Amino acid sequence: MPPERNRTETGQPGQGKAVMVRADGVTKTFGRGASMVTALDRVSLSINENEFLTLLGPSGCGKTTLLRLIAGFELPDAGQILLDGQEIGHLPPYQRPVNTVFQSYALFPHMSVARNIGFGLEMQGRPASEVAQTTARMLALVRMEDMADRRTDQLSGGQQQRVALARALAPHPKVLLLDEPLSALDLKLRKNMQIELKRLQNETGITFIFVTHDQEEALTMSDRIAVMSAGRILQVGTPKEIYHRPSSRFVADFIGDINIFAATLEKTGPDGATVTLPGGGKAVAQVHAAGVVPGPVSVAIRPEDMHLTAAEDKSAAIRGRIGNVVYFGSGNNVHVTLADGTEVIVRSNEAGAVDSPVGIAFSPGKLQVLED
Amino acid sequence: MTDLSASTVADNLARARRISESTARRRRLQLLMPALIVIGIFGLFPLTITATYSFLSPGTYGGVRWEFSTDAYVQFLFQRDIFDDTLSFSDSYLRIIGRSVGLAFVTTIGALILGFPTAYFIASKPPNQRNLWLFLITLPFWTNLLIRTYAILLIIRDEGLINFALVGSGLRSTPLNILYTDPAVFIGLIYSYLPFMVLPLYASLEKLDFKLVEAAYDLYATRLQVLRRVIIPLARPGIVAGCILVFIPGLGAYITPTLLGGGKKLMMGNMIAEQFGASRNWPFGSAAALILMTVVMLALVVYVRNSGQGGRRHG
Repeated sequence: MPPERNRTETGQPGQGKAVMVRADGVTKTFGRGASMVTALDRVSLSINENEFLTLLGPSGCGKTTLLRLIAGFELPDAGQILLDGQEIGHLPPYQRPVNTVFQSYALFPHMSVARNIGFGLEMQGRPASEVAQTTARMLALVRMEDMADRRTDQLSGGQQQRVALARALAPHPKVLLLDEPLSALDLKLRKNMQIELKRLQNETGITFIFVTHDQEEALTMSDRIAVMSAGRILQVGTPKEIYHRPSSRFVADFIGDINIFAATLEKTGPDGATVTLPGGGKAVAQVHAAGVVPGPVSVAIRPEDMHLTAAEDKSAAIRGRIGNVVYFGSGNNVHVTLADGTEVIVRSNEAGAVDSPVGIAFSPGKLQVLED
Repeated sequence: MTDLSASTVADNLARARRISESTARRRRLQLLMPALIVIGIFGLFPLTITATYSFLSPGTYGGVRWEFSTDAYVQFLFQRDIFDDTLSFSDSYLRIIGRSVGLAFVTTIGALILGFPTAYFIASKPPNQRNLWLFLITLPFWTNLLIRTYAILLIIRDEGLINFALVGSGLRSTPLNILYTDPAVFIGLIYSYLPFMVLPLYASLEKLDFKLVEAAYDLYATRLQVLRRVIIPLARPGIVAGCILVFIPGLGAYITPTLLGGGKKLMMGNMIAEQFGASRNWPFGSAAALILMTVVMLALVVYVRNSGQGGRRHG
């Protein structure tokens, strides 16, 4: 494929930080002929020094392929991968100052915990004293000092995870790649490890590229998130930007709960776009995507950005009947069916009686126009 | 961190698992019984006869006379003078052992060098294609070894395919003499026993998690280091098994050295067979067979002691 200018959105390498990793029009296909699959389609992305960037998307979106290209396990069909300004796209993995934490940890079963951690340094030909010193420091960093001589199959999942992290961090790579490393852990351990990973990143100052399909994990840990789908990057931004200003229907739908419904865009102005909602009400919506023209559009709003009002209340933007109320501890999800059949979910403290008419008001500035 | 309590739970679990494993091991022992019975009747019983015969005197027309004698063992190392019955040391039989061990060893190394890449290749194929490759590996077994060895004979003899090509293409003016040399036996043995090397190697490599290979590459190991530090240690059980399966039958090989070695240079197998045939010295044949067995067992013990260490954990 010709390395033409990418059409996917690039992240802003802002805040004066140096760019550590840059993918430029990277394309990767697998298979041949009719069974050919495009895993990455002209992907461009910049990742800053000391940044925690998450590649987020459903399985098969290409996020792991992008990670493997940076690690060197796959070679790109087209495009460039730059590390610290140097093109590394065609170097073998052992010549890249990049280390990976594997989803299955991939600890060497015939070596002790300490030997696993020291393996990278040993292969780099560092002197034995340095290997021993760094190994001890890494064991302390992941709080596994007591386990140095254990065999890896004697460790719990969480402990194996720490060893895998220590092993990948020991050679002090420029970039640490993490391929869904938390997916095998149970919920509580996963929450601990999320905090732990953030701590490790702060303490080591290493750039982390983290792959996950778990949007909550991405929102919790990342400095920036790149949302991927079907081999392309749809949006790059801080967790707040991604959550509150999704540019496309896919991003909005993938991150958190959101209500999406059809509306008609009347005109765009300095304060936003005026849209006609189902039921005829008008509202002002934010436009973040380029190229939105008057006509039928999709608008989106999060359940927590709306509240229930009386049906006849003037502030209500849309009206309907309460269909179902789902209690989840800190509140209720009230399902409201609009006159045209659209179902809208509103987060609310008071439940309201089923089948009673109700109005829904929007918090100002929260309604979004989406790019389809 | 909650991991402290998790580790003790894991320890307890591991201990419980070890206990239940020992019960299961006892139960598995019962599964061994049918095989033990077969080996008892058809293995131990003949072995007892062989051991007994080795301490008897040879009968004139074969068979044994029931007179105790250690002559068979003495004969192995010493030559009795025909006229005055004095013993003088002779290394002719030790040399046969030496040649057999050497040839079996070279065959084992050769089969390992040829078999390892083959097994690795098959193990790295997608699972649905592996059976086809394994089937191809076992294909030679469909034909009798004798016939296959004759086929090799026809290929490597002076008027055979190889020399036809060499002379015909003008690379050589005279045929290359391969048949009835040690290299011919070597070729024949490698060909015959290669599958016994490939199959256990494959069984080990197939269990190898290729993510470990990637992890090693990722941690700055070059191709050779990955092979030496990760793949070979993890494939060790297969290497040990494959080497044993090639070395032992190689040591006692009969058909291949007879047909391809021309019987000029004896190997253990031919020598023993000759004692029961033309030489009509059953006690000496029995003694030689027992000595061969002892050599094999000693070699095995030394080999497994030295190389089994790493493999035991991971197999």
